[in-house]
Amino acid sequence: MSANTEQSIMDSEGAEPVPGAPLLEVKDLFVEFRTRDGVSKVLNGVSYHVEAGETLAVLGESGSGKSVTAQTIMGILDMPPGHIMGGSIKFHGEELLKASDKRRREVRGSGIAMIFQDALSALNPVFTVGFQIEEQLRLRKGMSRKDARARAIELLDLVKIPGAKRRVRQYPHEFSGGMRQRAMIAMSLALDPEMLIADEPTTALDVTVQAQIMDLLKELQVERNMGMILITHDLGVVAEVADRIAVMYAGRIVEQSDALSLYRKPGHPYTKGLLESLPRLDQRGQELMTIKGLPPSLLKIPTGCPFHPRCPMVQDVCKTDVPPQHRLMPGRMSACHFAEELISE
Amino acid sequence: MTDNILEVRDLVKHFPVKVGVLFKRTVGHVRAVDGVSFDLRRGETLGVVGESGCGKSTLAQVLMRLEPPTGGSAKFEGRDMFAMKGPELRKLRRDIQIVLQDPYTSLNPRMTVGDIIGEPFEIHPEVAPKGSRAKKVRELLDVVGLNPEHINRYPHQFSGGQRQRIGIARALALRPKVIVCDEPVSALDVSIQAQVMNLLGDLQSEFGLSYVFIAHDLSVVRHLSDRVAVMYLGKVVEIGTEQEIYEHPTHPYTQALLSAVPVPDPELRGQRQIIRLEGDVPSPVDPPSGCRFRTRCWKAQDICAEEEPALITRVAAHPSACHFAEEKSVVP
Repeated sequence: MSANTEQSIMDSEGAEPVPGAPLLEVKDLFVEFRTRDGVSKVLNGVSYHVEAGETLAVLGESGSGKSVTAQTIMGILDMPPGHIMGGSIKFHGEELLKASDKRRREVRGSGIAMIFQDALSALNPVFTVGFQIEEQLRLRKGMSRKDARARAIELLDLVKIPGAKRRVRQYPHEFSGGMRQRAMIAMSLALDPEMLIADEPTTALDVTVQAQIMDLLKELQVERNMGMILITHDLGVVAEVADRIAVMYAGRIVEQSDALSLYRKPGHPYTKGLLESLPRLDQRGQELMTIKGLPPSLLKIPTGCPFHPRCPMVQDVCKTDVPPQHRLMPGRMSACHFAEELISE
Repeated sequence: MTDNILEVRDLVKHFPVKVGVLFKRTVGHVRAVDGVSFDLRRGETLGVVGESGCGKSTLAQVLMRLEPPTGGSAKFEGRDMFAMKGPELRKLRRDIQIVLQDPYTSLNPRMTVGDIIGEPFEIHPEVAPKGSRAKKVRELLDVVGLNPEHINRYPHQFSGGQRQRIGIARALALRPKVIVCDEPVSALDVSIQAQVMNLLGDLQSEFGLSYVFIAHDLSVVRHLSDRVAVMYLGKVVEIGTEQEIYEHPTHPYTQALLSAVPVPDPELRGQRQIIRLEGDVPSPVDPPSGCRFRTRCWKAQDICAEEEPALITRVAAHPSACHFAEEKSVVP
C-alpha cells in the first residue's frame, strides 16, 4: 500500500537486458532470520533459474524455505528479522539485489508479479476489487480513471470472472474463494509481467475449483509466454503442470530435475520418501511408507547432509560432509552422496 | 442389525439466518445438513468426502451432540442418541469422541499435555481413579507414538504432527467405540500426514474402533475407508464401498470430483479425461430446486429441476442420487 504515498512512478527504461541470460537466475542465495531464540538459517545456498514460457515447480514442506526464496526475489522479505547473507538474483542478467529501491519497484509488477495462497488476506477488504486493480494502472502506467476501469474490466474478463462489469465494483468479501484467486491473478497480470510467482495458489481451494484455477494459469502462461515459479507442497499439482522441479529441504535444494525423470526415478532419498508416503487415488494401500522423524529446526540444522537423521540410506559420510550438487545428467542434480546409486538401483 | 454401531436416518440440521439488531427476524435457513442417512458398522471406517460448505463438519458436530439436530434420528447401538439424557448421555459422550482438524487451535496453550489428555478423566472419573491417571496418560502418549516423558510439556513445544497425536490421545483416553475424525490430516505436511494416517489405521485394529472419517482429500479418504459417502450441499449423493465409489462412480458429481484430483504421475499428463465443473457451489441458504447439483451438471434435463432424485440403487450395486446415473471409470 506504500505506493499510495509515493509519487507516481512511470514505466521507465530499465537496464539493458543481457542477451542469452536466463529470464530469472537465483544463485547461492543465503538468508537468515535473527530472532530472539537465535539465528535461523532459512536459506542455505539456493540456486535455480527459470526461462520464459517455462514452469519451475518448487516443492517442499512447511519451513523448507520455498516461500522465503520467492519473497527475496520479489524484494518483499521482512528485513529485519530477515538478512540476505549472500548470493545473487538476476532478472534478464540484471542483478536485483544491488538494484536501487526505485528500480526494484519497477521490476515488481511489470517484470515479476506474485500471487499468494490466501487471496482474502492478500486483498484489501476496504477497497473494491476494481480499485485495487486500477491503482497500479494509474500509478505505474499513468492511466486515467476511466481507462483504468475499462482495463480492469478487461482483466477480470480475461480471468473468466462472469459479469466483470458488475464485479469490478464489488468488495473482496462478495467474491467466493475461487473468484478471489481469479481477481488476484487479474491484478498480477495488470502490468503484463514476464514472470509470475505463484505461492501455493490453490492450497486453500476445493479440488474442482483448483482444477479451474490451474487451467487458467496454464492458459495465461502459454498465451503470454510467461516464466512461472509454482510454489507448492502438492505432488499431484506439480505432476500436472511442471516442466522442471526443484525440491527444497531445510533451506537447500536437494534435487533438481525435469518432471518426468523425477517421478520415474527420484534422485534423492527425501524425494523418494515423499513420493512413497503419498496415499493414492487409484489403489487402497495398506501401510503407507513414511519418512521417520521431523524436519529439522532451522536454528539447529544437522551437520553434514541436513536430511541424514531421517534418511534410510544414511552412512557415516552423511553425518560429516555436506553433499555437493551431483550432476546426474544434463538438467538433473541431486545433493546426495549416493545419488548415482539411487538412480541406478 | 447388531452390526451397525451407528444408524443415521434423514438427519437434518438447519441454522437460522437472522437480521436486525434488537428484534432479530429469521429470514431463511442455512441447510447445512439436509436429510443424511447412513450406517456405520462396527470396526469399519466410513469416509465422508465433499467440498467446503457441503455440511460434512456440521454432520460431525451433530453426531457428537454438540449441536441439536433440526430433524431426523440417529441410533447408537440401537438406542436413540438424541433422546438420551442423564447417565445414559454421559456414557454416550464417552463412547463417541472427536479428533479435530487444526492441531494448533484445538489444544489449550495454557495446559500441559498431561492435563489435556487427562482432562477427560476429570469428567469421567469412573474410567481412571485419581491415583492411576498419570500412568494412564503416559500409556496413551506411548500408544500414539510420543515420548511419555514429555507429559509436562506445553502444546507449543510440539510440531503439528505431534500435536495431532496429542489430539488423538485425548480422543482415545475414554476408550471410545466411535471416533469422528474431522479432517485430521489436512493441516499436516505430506511426510507427517502419512505417519498420522498409519497411526489411525493401527489404533483401529488395536482397539476395534469405528471411524467416521471426514476429509476433502479423496486420496486420503480412499486410503483409510471401507465405505465412502460423497456429500454435496447437505446431501449424500452417492454411497458405497471404497471400490464402488472410486472405480465405478455413477453420480456425475463423484465423477467430476474424482477426475479433478491431480494425479502424481507426469506421464499421465494430458491423457486423463478431466471433467471440468463450471462455477461454484450454490449457497446452502437457497439451494437449487430438484437435484442440487443440476446447476453445475452437464447431464441436467428438465426433470432434474422438477424432481429430486432419491438416493437409491440405480445402475450399479450401490445407491446414487442421480436421475441419469451411469457408471464411468475416471480414476486411471
